[in-house]
Amino acid sequence: MSEYRLEMRDVVKTFPGVKALDGAQLNLRPGTVHALMGENGAGKSTLMKCMFGIYHMDQGEVIYEGEPVQIKGPLDALNRGIAMVHQELQPIPERSIGENIYVGRYPTKKMGPLTVIDHDKMYEDAARVLKEVHLNFDARARLGSLSVSQMQLVEIAKAVSADCKVLILDEPTSSLTAAEVEALFTIVDELRSKGVSIVYISHKMDEILRISDEVTIMRDGQYIGTWSSKDLTTDFIITKMVGRELSELYPERHNTPGEVVFEVEDFTSINPKSFRHASFQLRKGEILGVAGLVGAQRTELMEGLFGLRAHTAGKITYNGKELRITQPKDAINNGIAMLTEDRRATGILGVLSIADNVSIASLNQYLIGGFMLDDAKIENLVQENVAKLSIKTPSSKTQIQSLSGGNQQKVLISRWLANDPDVFIMDEPTRGIDVGAKYEIYCIIAEMAKQGKSIIMISSEMSELIGMSDRIMVMCDGRVTGFIDGDKANQENIMALATQFE
Amino acid sequence: MEKSAKSFDVKKFMSNNAIIILIVMLAILTGCTTKNFFTITNFKNLVVNVSPRFIIACGVSGCLITKGTDLSAGRAVGLAACLSAMMLQSIDYSARMFPWMPDIPWPVALVIVMIIMGGFGAVNGIVISMLKVPPFIATLGMQTIIYGLCSLITNNQPMGGYKKSYLTVASGSLGPIPYLMIFAMIVGGYFLFLYNKTRHGKYMYAIGGNENAAQVAGVNVQGSLIRIYVLAGCMYALAGFLVGAKAGGASTATGMGYELEAIAACTIGGVSANGGVGRVGGILVGVLVFEILKICLQFLRVDPAYTYIAQGLVIVVAVALDLRKYLQKK
Repeated sequence: MSEYRLEMRDVVKTFPGVKALDGAQLNLRPGTVHALMGENGAGKSTLMKCMFGIYHMDQGEVIYEGEPVQIKGPLDALNRGIAMVHQELQPIPERSIGENIYVGRYPTKKMGPLTVIDHDKMYEDAARVLKEVHLNFDARARLGSLSVSQMQLVEIAKAVSADCKVLILDEPTSSLTAAEVEALFTIVDELRSKGVSIVYISHKMDEILRISDEVTIMRDGQYIGTWSSKDLTTDFIITKMVGRELSELYPERHNTPGEVVFEVEDFTSINPKSFRHASFQLRKGEILGVAGLVGAQRTELMEGLFGLRAHTAGKITYNGKELRITQPKDAINNGIAMLTEDRRATGILGVLSIADNVSIASLNQYLIGGFMLDDAKIENLVQENVAKLSIKTPSSKTQIQSLSGGNQQKVLISRWLANDPDVFIMDEPTRGIDVGAKYEIYCIIAEMAKQGKSIIMISSEMSELIGMSDRIMVMCDGRVTGFIDGDKANQENIMALATQFE
Repeated sequence: MEKSAKSFDVKKFMSNNAIIILIVMLAILTGCTTKNFFTITNFKNLVVNVSPRFIIACGVSGCLITKGTDLSAGRAVGLAACLSAMMLQSIDYSARMFPWMPDIPWPVALVIVMIIMGGFGAVNGIVISMLKVPPFIATLGMQTIIYGLCSLITNNQPMGGYKKSYLTVASGSLGPIPYLMIFAMIVGGYFLFLYNKTRHGKYMYAIGGNENAAQVAGVNVQGSLIRIYVLAGCMYALAGFLVGAKAGGASTATGMGYELEAIAACTIGGVSANGGVGRVGGILVGVLVFEILKICLQFLRVDPAYTYIAQGLVIVVAVALDLRKYLQKK
C-alpha cells in the first residue's frame, strides 16, 4: 500500500477555449485534512469534479488505495467511498430532510413483487446520520423549513451518510455563521480521527491554517506545490496563489469625508422581523462599512433604500431633499447605485454581451433623436471602462457569463459608474473573487471615494471592513447598534456591537 | 454565425447549423428529382406562405426572448381574420354578416383590428407581468377565450365575399414583389430596428437574460412585458388580416395551430428557450426552414401524415441542438 489514499497525477482537462487543468496533481493521505487553494479559476473545483467523476479528464490518472481507477460518474465515486459537498447546493426544498439525504439511493424493501422505498428505514438512518453530525433536526421535516446554512450542514450529513473514505468540501463555510463553522469543524475533526481524507476548498485563510494538515496550491490549472500547514503563513500562501508579491492587502486611501449628503432616519421594513428604526448619515467621499452577522438584515436595509424591498416608515434625505423611493428606478434617477450581493441572481445578464451589461442602466444617455441607440457611443463607454477598470475580456461582444467573477464584478461596477452615481451601495463587493482581483476592486472603491462619491460597503470580511472603511456601522437583528471610526475598529468592538441582541 | 472564430471550423459549423444544412440539402434533392421546383411560381408560393408566418413569428419572438410564450397567437390570427372579414365584405355581397356595416377602406379596417388585438395583447401582458400568472397558462386561457369570442361573433359561420381592394392586398404585387412580401419586409425591418437599436429591445433581452437583475438595473420590467405582448397582438392582427385576404375568406378555424408553428420557427431560428437570445434573421431562417420542408415534402408526394411527423421531429431536434449549444458553453 502506498502512503496515500488517493493520488491524482498530471491531470489535463480542456474546455473549449481554455485549458482548465494542465498537469494538476493532488496526494491525499488517510486521516488528514488537505486544503486545496488557488485563486478563482485556478482549477480547484474542476480538479475535484474530475475526482468525483462529473468531468472526465483528458489526460492523467487517479490512483485510489494503490490501484489505478477510472471514475465513471458521481454514483461510481460514491460507491467507491468518495463524497462531495458542492459549492452550490442543489437542495430539493419541498421534500423532507431524510429524502434529501438519501435521494438517488433510497433504501428499498420488497412488497410482494414490487420493490418499494423503505421510508421507515430511510428516516431511521437519516436520524442516525443527523445525530452523528450533531444536527438536531427532524428527518421528516421539510428541507425548505431550514435556513441556507442549515441546509449546507444537511448536505454534509448526506456526504457522511455515504460512509466515505474521501470527502470533498468545496467552500463549505461560505454561508455559515461563526457558530455553525465551529460545528462544522467539530464534524471535520471527528471524521479525520476516523481516518477519512478530507479535501477542503476555501478562500478563508484563517480557516485553512486552523483546520488543515496539508495545503496544495494551484495556479492557472497547474500544480504549484504542497506544504505542511504548520509551516505556512497567510502571506506565503497568497504569494504562491497570485504568483507575485502583494505588498499590501488594501490600497492607501486619499479620500477626505466632507459634509453629510445622505441621511436615513427611522427606516423600517414592512416585515417586522427585518430592519427597523435604522438611522444613519453618509458624508461626501466617505466609505461607510456595514458590519453584522448573518441575519443582521444589512442587505435587506440597503435593498430597502434602493427600492427593492418595501418599507413602512422612514425618511431618506439627499442633499437636503427628501426622496421617495419605491422601486430601483427612483433610486437610480436620484443618483444612487447598488451592487447587489448575489452577482448571478440579481447582477449579471448572463447570456448578454459585456456591452449590453455595461450600458443597460444608462441607455437614456446614448439616444439619437430621442429613440435610436448610438452604438458607437456605447462601444466607447465600454472600451473606456474596460481600460479604466482593466477588465479582461476578448471583446465587448463576449457573453458576461464566460468571464471570471472578478471581471464580472468590474463590468457591474462599470454599469453603475456610467450613471455617475453620488451614492454607491456595494453589497459584498469582493465575494467569490480571487485575491488579485479583490485588490483591484479595493483600488476602484478608493478611487471613487477620492472623487467624492459616497460609498456604503456591506462586508462579512472583518479585515476588509477595517481595512477599507472610514466609519463602520454595525447592525444586529434588524437594528443599527452603533458606529465605530475606521481607525479605532477592531474585531472585538465590532463583534460586541454585532451581538447586541435585545 | 459568429465571426469570433478565427479559423473556420467545418465540423462546428455543421453541428451548429445542422437543421438548416439538412433542409437546404432536401431542397436541392427535391429540385433535382422533381419538375417545377425551382420555378418563379413555386418561389412566389413560398414567399406568400412565409410572409404572414414570419410576421406571427416576429410577434411571438418577444414573448419567447423574455422566457414567456404566447399560445393565443393562432386564435388571435383567426379572430383578426374574422374581424377583418366583417368590415371588408363587399357592399353588394348578398350574405353580408352586418348589412349596416359602412364601406370601410382596408387600411382603416387594419388599424381597427390592430387596436383590438393589441388590447388582447395588453391583457396578456398585464396578467403575466402584474398578476404573475405563468405565460404558458395565461396565454392558454386567452387562447380559449379568443376562440369562444370568435365563435360568438361569427355565429360559427364562415365568411367570404370580400371586396376587391382587400383581396388585392394579398394577390397584388409591386413589379415582381408580392404585396405580402412587402408587408413582411416592413415588419422585419421594424423588428430589426426595434431589437437592436432601441431601449425597448435592450430591455427585452435584459429581462430574458435575468429578470431580477434587469429590475435592479432600473428596467421597467412590467411596462416592457406589457409592450411586448401588445406588439405581439398587433402582429397577429396584421397576419390575420393578410391570411384572410389571401384565403379570400375567414372562419373560426383560420389560423388554427399557427402559434405552435411560430414558436417552432423561432426556436429553429435560434431564439433560445432559456431566454435572452434571438435575432430577427434567425427567425426568418426558422420560418423558411419550416415552409421549405413542407413544400419539399409536398413535391415529393409524401403523405401529409408523414409531413406532420417530419415537422414534429424538426422541432424537437432543433431545440435539442439549441440546448446542446447552451450546455457546451458551460
